[in-house]
Amino acid sequence: MSTRIGVVVFPGSNCEHDVVRALQVVGGAEAELLWHGDDRVGDVDAVVLPGGFAHGDYLRPGAIARFSPVMAAIARYAADGGPVVGICNGFQVLTEAGLLPGALQKNAGLRFLCTTVPVTVSSTRSVLTAGVADGTELQLPINHFEGNYTCDDRTLAQLRDEDRVVLRYARNPNGSVDDIAGVCNEAGNVVGLMPHPERACDPLTGATDGTALLRGLVDAASRTLTRPG
Amino acid sequence: MRHDVLVEVRLRPGIADPQGATIERALPALGFSGVEGVRVGKAIRFTVEAPDEAAARELAAKMADRLLANPVIEDAEITVLGAKDDTAKDDTAKGAKAGGAR
Repeated sequence: MSTRIGVVVFPGSNCEHDVVRALQVVGGAEAELLWHGDDRVGDVDAVVLPGGFAHGDYLRPGAIARFSPVMAAIARYAADGGPVVGICNGFQVLTEAGLLPGALQKNAGLRFLCTTVPVTVSSTRSVLTAGVADGTELQLPINHFEGNYTCDDRTLAQLRDEDRVVLRYARNPNGSVDDIAGVCNEAGNVVGLMPHPERACDPLTGATDGTALLRGLVDAASRTLTRPG
Repeated sequence: MRHDVLVEVRLRPGIADPQGATIERALPALGFSGVEGVRVGKAIRFTVEAPDEAAARELAAKMADRLLANPVIEDAEITVLGAKDDTAKDDTAKGAKAGGAR
């Protein structure tokens, strides 16, 4: 049986097809779209929450999406150790859902950022970064207004002590505390990041550094036992 | 009783407020000098059915906890602005209907 990766579609998601396409380029897994209104994730070996504006980002990014029926299934899936990756808006949804700590605030400087930035892998204990050497610098696109990672001092100390800051900006573009671009949960199976690795998987779009991260996810998914959602 | 409720959602003290900072920088350009401490939040208003003011406040606090505010970065202040009993509301509805018939 081949490895399957579910990509969640909320009303307002807009990067789900980019993720599917990037996974085709990376190879080794079949991607399928999951609808937010379903209360199960099905027989998938990993779940990706893609970028976009789930539920229009009304109230706060991710605030309404966390109540979508699929989120309860994703919380159970994550608790069972299933790999879950939130990219950009998906990261915001995971923090609102309490699956990752902290929150994503409006960018310092109040600018919508759409550019490619250098990002350093600072922990390899997540499903996304397990296959990349610590300290590797990656060029990754960012595309967000609310990417300014914020958490209290106690949470930040915990993230550092437990080696859970998986990606840091080499040059902080948005005011994130401790240059944080991505974090993971205690077990390392739930990861959120603001940069878009799926947009850096084809030389045509100018960069291929995202491939290493998505390959890590495919590898993690291949190791996951297929479980009923 | 229907209670008129105002929930003010604010960034917690110490959380940077880029919108507030931008407004604070813009005001002097319009001649408003001496303004400090600009903070931007949200005002959410609704009416809610509850037996008394305390119950209305408690309901609003639960809503703020679960949805209206993100406790990681925001606080919510709840004000119950007033109450209207349901019979008064029914009278208004009847009045509107009668108006429509004319």
